[in-house]
Amino acid sequence: MAVRVQLSDFDIAQEIAALRAGDARVGAIVTFIGAVRDLNDEARVSQMTLEHYPGMTEKALESIVAQAKERFDIYDALVIHRVGALRPTDQIVLVAVTSAHRGEAFDACRFVIDYLKTQAPFWKKEETPAGARWVDARASDDEAAARWKRDAAS
Amino acid sequence: MNDTATRTAITINIVYLARLREAFASAGERLKIAQDTPPTVASVLKTLAARGGAFATELAPGRAVRVAVNHVLASSETPLRDGDEVALLPPVTGG
Repeated sequence: MAVRVQLSDFDIAQEIAALRAGDARVGAIVTFIGAVRDLNDEARVSQMTLEHYPGMTEKALESIVAQAKERFDIYDALVIHRVGALRPTDQIVLVAVTSAHRGEAFDACRFVIDYLKTQAPFWKKEETPAGARWVDARASDDEAAARWKRDAAS
Repeated sequence: MNDTATRTAITINIVYLARLREAFASAGERLKIAQDTPPTVASVLKTLAARGGAFATELAPGRAVRVAVNHVLASSETPLRDGDEVALLPPVTGG
């Protein structure tokens, strides 16, 4: 299990190879990559800056991965989140999960990104033609994370 | 300063992040709190909001500000101790 917060880009093939590490028990690998879009809330985005809270960020990501491992039958998980200046088409975040079967891997991957969106201390500031603005949190992200709580209760 | 005040006063390190850092024009500050009852997250927010201006606006009841104490998300009842790092977080937008 690993989490990384970094300025530099990541290579998904290299990261998956390291995560699998020749483990023959692994029958499913699910990855999610988040990327910078050039349009948000009807404004053209030329660049964004991702800020985080060093010290808490790593702790929050490790806690989310630990919850995923407790909740789903997975072997390992990796989270990489970039910070600093990013442009449209740049990769922002990688979540990769290994498991014996696809069901648990898909669920765990989605759980991690849904929780990351609402629990991990990252903030996006966008450059638009109207000036710089902090991105607003979305209610749909809270709902996505809340869905896992309902699933746990049922 | 009398003995009672010395015993109950604590100093915390406050961190302002993202939009709040800009609104307060400050990355953080050391804040000394002296009061009779043990200080909590709620009492710090109340102290800051009482300054008026951007603090009153951003920390008004109902505003979505979360607080982390020593890098862990806290509630308004979380008690504070001397030397704690208390961070004020706007709603997060990573991923």
